[in-house]
Amino acid sequence: MQKSGNTCRAMVENGRPVIINDKWCKGCDICVSFCPKNVLERPEGGKARVARAEDCTRCGICEIMCPDLAIQVVPANDKKKEISGTQGGSVDAK
Amino acid sequence: MAKPITYYLRTDKMPHIWCEGCGHGIVLGAVLRAIDSLDLDKDNVCVVSGIGCASRAPGYLDFDTLHTTHGRALAFATGIKMMKPGLDVIVLAGDGDLAAIGGNHLIHAARRNINITTICFNNSIYGMTSGQYSPMTPTGKIATTAPYGHIEEPFDLCELVFAAGASLVGRGAAYHSGPLSRLIAKAIATDGFAFVEAVSQCPTYFGRRNKMKNALAMLDWQKEHAVTKKAASRLSPEELADKFVIGELGTRTRPEYTKRYESIIAAAAKETDENV
Repeated sequence: MQKSGNTCRAMVENGRPVIINDKWCKGCDICVSFCPKNVLERPEGGKARVARAEDCTRCGICEIMCPDLAIQVVPANDKKKEISGTQGGSVDAK
Repeated sequence: MAKPITYYLRTDKMPHIWCEGCGHGIVLGAVLRAIDSLDLDKDNVCVVSGIGCASRAPGYLDFDTLHTTHGRALAFATGIKMMKPGLDVIVLAGDGDLAAIGGNHLIHAARRNINITTICFNNSIYGMTSGQYSPMTPTGKIATTAPYGHIEEPFDLCELVFAAGASLVGRGAAYHSGPLSRLIAKAIATDGFAFVEAVSQCPTYFGRRNKMKNALAMLDWQKEHAVTKKAASRLSPEELADKFVIGELGTRTRPEYTKRYESIIAAAAKETDENV
């Protein structure tokens, strides 16, 4: 059994509510469409990204609806939660 | 989730091969959240699959996993459970793999009531081989092998498996990912054969041929056609005709197979001892 496939760990800054792994995202628009607060957007032909982080209520719908398992919603009380992911893929594209 | 989803994934195998918007990823996420909610030991979970799109799932999971031959996931899983009854054995299979090629394994695993949790990723089509109709393709729908509309009626898999003797059957949908996850958690915790049909979407080979242009349209279809068991009890058969019922659809308490086997072994050992 694989012990750890994680090649990097990204420290998440306080206030970043949604982390999108853009290496895994296939751009299906499900998260953008399901978000009740219109936090996410996707440029034509691109990957989903957080556009209005301040509106996020951390409801988690984008995380449970993402078919690519590419989204993690950081709980509000986790100031510096360690999120493990693939190389360079843990932080949403800025 | 207590742990990030990446804890349960072989992250070096990701991204997965499924098409954009494929419901299998949503169902797989629901399975992982169910496992997380039960706080199962990662080294005590064994996930088994057969062949097909859905059966690629265990390849991405950081448990002990087995990718077997077409339709035979339950046969292999039965062997694992008999040798190691303490393992949490979970079978992930598509509708074609489980209801057609492995149909007999399914009904007999349910009849034995062996403590295996089976999740059927039902996307109503053989996606991996470009969209032939499966036993779960609804009547009238278009498939590669049914270009003028499918003639047959699909199985009601939950009714079939419950009639065969399962301890728990239920149905969920990718659209209702949260309730689906809770249903799967209950299925895993059930002592006996537990079966969950997860209605998924194949935008590539089912949606596009059936006037649903993308995954969002297919999720809308799920939203409009899913009714809870309670709501269904108030609807007439005509109103229910094009709907599917979600929720926990049947439970019963029956002796579990590996426990019966152990008691037979104990009785046989005692008899042998007495004869010596």
